[in-house]
This record gives sequence, C-alpha cells and structure tokens, in this order.
Amino acid sequence: MSKKVLVLGEVRDGALRNVSFEAIAAGKKVAEGGEVIGVLIGESISGLADQMIHYGADRVAVVENEKLAQYTSDGYSQALLAVVDRENPEAIIFGHTALGKDLSPKIASRLQAGLISDATAIEEDGGDIVFTRPIYSGKAFEKKKVSAGLVLASVRPNNIAPLEKDDSRSGDVYPVNTDIKDIRTIIQEVVRKTAEGVDLSEAKVIVAGGRGVKSEEGFKPLQELADVLGGAVGASRGACDADYCDYSLQIGQTGKVVTPDLYIACGISGAIQHLAGMSNSKVIVAINKDPEASIFSVADYGIVGDLFEVVPMLTEEFKKLKVATS
Amino acid sequence: MNIYVLLKRTFDTEEKISVANGQIQEDGAEFIINPYDEYAVEEAIQIRDDKGGEVTVVSVGNEEAEKQLRTALAMGADKAVLINTEDDVENGDQYTTAKILAEFLKDKEADLIIAGNVAIDGGSGQVGPRVADLLGMPYVTTITEIKIEGESVHIVRDVEGDSEKIETKLPLLVTAQQGLNDPRYPSLPGIMKAKKKPLDELELDDLDLDEDEVEAKTETIAVFLPPKKEAGRILEGELSDQVQELVNLLHSEAKVI
Repeated sequence: MSKKVLVLGEVRDGALRNVSFEAIAAGKKVAEGGEVIGVLIGESISGLADQMIHYGADRVAVVENEKLAQYTSDGYSQALLAVVDRENPEAIIFGHTALGKDLSPKIASRLQAGLISDATAIEEDGGDIVFTRPIYSGKAFEKKKVSAGLVLASVRPNNIAPLEKDDSRSGDVYPVNTDIKDIRTIIQEVVRKTAEGVDLSEAKVIVAGGRGVKSEEGFKPLQELADVLGGAVGASRGACDADYCDYSLQIGQTGKVVTPDLYIACGISGAIQHLAGMSNSKVIVAINKDPEASIFSVADYGIVGDLFEVVPMLTEEFKKLKVATS
Repeated sequence: MNIYVLLKRTFDTEEKISVANGQIQEDGAEFIINPYDEYAVEEAIQIRDDKGGEVTVVSVGNEEAEKQLRTALAMGADKAVLINTEDDVENGDQYTTAKILAEFLKDKEADLIIAGNVAIDGGSGQVGPRVADLLGMPYVTTITEIKIEGESVHIVRDVEGDSEKIETKLPLLVTAQQGLNDPRYPSLPGIMKAKKKPLDELELDDLDLDEDEVEAKTETIAVFLPPKKEAGRILEGELSDQVQELVNLLHSEAKVI
C-alpha cells in the first residue's frame, strides 16, 4: 500500500548531512510508490531543497524562522508538526543522529505513534514494512514493524545506501509558515570539539585507539592516519577511562555503536563491550602487540606489532596510494 | 528538590547474547542497572546532597528489578517504586513504558527527572523524551554536566562529540550521558540501610490504567544473532611488507579505500 512519507533533512554547517540522503532512500522504501516529501527546518535553508529532490524527494516543505537557527526540541517539533498538519503523512523518517534521537521520540509522543529507532535495514514483507535494528548494542538484531497508526522510524547513518543523485529531477519547494513560540531550552553556546568535522557515527573510516595508545599524545599518529583516510578517531573505554581522550570518542556497549566501511583498531584488546560497538563494521583491521588479543577474532586483517611503528607506516602507504590513484 | 530517577534492569555488559525460539535467553545471565541509569542515580544523589530533598527511583518491569532498585537505594536513593507489569503487559514497547511512567509521575510534582539517555539492551533512547512530552516538561538529552541555581538550570550536553551549553528551568527531565559523573559503589552501611528503605510495588490498576491504554504501537517479529564473522587473516613477514600488503588488500580485495 503506497504511503505518503515525510523525511526530515538535517543541516550541519550549511550542508545537508549524508544521513539525510540515506533517510530519503529509506523513505522511498517505506512509501512503496507513494510520495516522499522532504522537510527542511532552519533559518535560511531553502537553497538546500533541490538537493533533497535530486536524491529522490518528490517535493520539499521548508519551515524557515529565525527561532529555528539552532536545533531545539521545542522549536523543531512545532515546525515539523506544522508540516504534519498540512500533509497528513502516513510515515516520518529521521536520521538516527543526535538531532533525530532527541526529536523523534517527542514527535512520536505527540502523534501517539510507534517509533522504530536506529533501523539498519528496511524491507517489505507480506504487506508490512519491516525494519531491522540492532539490540544489545549489536550483539543481536531484531525485526520490527509498527502495528497500527503512523509509522515513525530513525535510520542509522551508513547503513542504507542513498539513491543515485539525479540532477534532472525537479519538484515543488514550498514554504510552511508557523509561529514558533515557547522555546524552553536556550542554547547559549556550542563548543566544537570535533575539529575536522568528521563525525564518528557518519565516518566511513574510523581509527580507534585503546590502552595501547598509552597517552593523549599517543593519539596523534592515529589522528594523522584518520586525516589521510578522511576518517574520524574513536577510542575504547580503556583509553577514555585512562584520560587519554574524551568520552565522546568512546565506542562500545556504553558509548557509540559504529558501522564504518573500515575500522582500524590500534592497541585495543577487544573486550566484549567494545566488540559490541564495532564488530558490525564492514572491514576490521586490528593492530596489536599481543597475538592473543580477542580483537583479532573479529578482524578481517590483523598485524601483530607495535602500533607506534605500524600506524605511521600505514599513513605513509596510504599517502602513496592516494598520489598513485589521484 | 523532589527528584525522580527512571531506572531499567538490563543484561550485564559482559554477557554474551544467545537466542532460542526467537527470544533472547535470560537464563543464568547477570543483570545490572542500565549503565546510563546508574549515572542518573549518582547525579540525583549528588544534587540531593547539595540542595536537599528526596530521590525516588522508579522502574517498570517485573519483580526481579527489585534487586537493581535495592542497589540504587544502597547507593543513596531514598525511595524506590517498582511498577510491576508482569501480569498486565505482555509485549510492551517504549510507548507502553513512557505512558506508564508518565501516569505514575503526573501528580508527583517532580522538580527534576533523570533518566539514562539509552538502555543498552533495547537501545531506542525513546522513553525519557516521551515521558517529558507526556508530562509537558522540557527535556535535555545526553547531558554531561548540570548545575542548578534556584529555578535556573545550566546544562552541558554532548552532541556527537561537540558540547552545547543550555539554559533552562525546572521542572525538567534530563537524560544522562557518559562523563556526567563516576557512579559510586554501594557501601556496606549503604547496603544495610537500603534494606529498611521503602520499596513500593504498584500495578497498572493502581495507576488507573487499562492494558488497552498502554498497548504497544510496535511489534517484534524476529530476534536473531548477527552472522558469525569468519576468522580473518593475520599478516606475516617483515613489518613494512605487512603494511604494504594490508594497504593493497584494503584497496583491491576489500575495496574500502
């Protein structure tokens, strides 16, 4: 049964995040031939609407307001609900990002709807839209559907491939005007710690360090490798607990669960809690001095050796490869 | 300060997960307070010690969650409430849990409600914001710092590695992120005291809720384990050759670079 689906686009540093294009692809699946309507919320963001259409949206609703310059759950929920009012959709898709995680439960609550969070795959099965999602931080998976009413879902970055971009697609871009009032949480300041702008949850490549990195300083070669690969740096709990890095980098059962194309584990022994957070990465490389380290049991490729020797050599090799292939 | 903490009993993070008959097997597994809820309990205790008042820990589940509630009492919470849904709710979801909690909380005049930002089993992170919405309260998720001055609340929240500084007011619901504090271990005197602290048990009836009103909006069709990874290749030879081989493999075989 074809459905009308809203897909919330997410803007970061003036550009749409990749997860928004993945969410459009998810929306297309859920729509089963129905209409996919992109939603953009912000201050001056209408210029990005065409891009949503190029990636598969049929139309785009734009809610612009100076009070929406920064994300707040109060502001964004009013804006999105205004679009819901106007369009009466049968499904809404979010990215499972900080914003999506914060906003989607509120929208679900408002609409008294079921919400399937953190979906990694979507399929049609006997007339139902069925979502696959990790549970126990990826130690297991479940298949879930919304039994009645509106279908709300958030999709995990890096798991659902975006549709191919088609610049020839066109569609209606229209404003939705609504009063934004009573914002109860005021953002005073945003402190950017992720200097390179590659977010862990969306990174295609992650270079992660464990206790073997030995110090804050020890993360430097990992960062250099990540930079060459356009990736992000992550860490095990051990490294965070030892104060080598910020907790925001932690990957594992507590911390972030990531599924990059390439995960390079450096000096990480591979405690079960850490494996839960990364073992569904597409390709895993382990570098560890201890040949018995359990990280090797999930690694596709392993090098037994000192990370402080191996990592800089890897960085050099990737640089060479880059030159050779560019 | 009238503080409520939302707490869930979960599998110990050390546990391996096994599935039989389409369900996660719980036999013999160790259970703990969901680690993010543990930060919530700790923060609530610290705020109470600073500002006065009372900390009540609430859990929706079955009677086995009493153990985790007692642990929270031993850490220093004042009261615990178990909303036992064993007889009434067969397949609840986040809608179910949030509805029950909100119904319980609606007349409690909570100044502050603290929850974990996500449970490590279900992993949806929905219940906190849903409860706040049902109570008409503002909420801030994934907080790493909270300071309360009168009615004003200053919060630092983690946003994918960046931090946001937020000003808001009580009453409020927040969800705890790692880094908020270091949860204490219950002390022996704490454990002794906890035995005498009140742990009330309620059922849906006590909240004037029907099973229909909390019926789940979603349905689990299947539970399964991820495909087993085949053992990978440990490279051999001179380190520099290994590194070169690895780069070639990633480029031509795995095609990720």
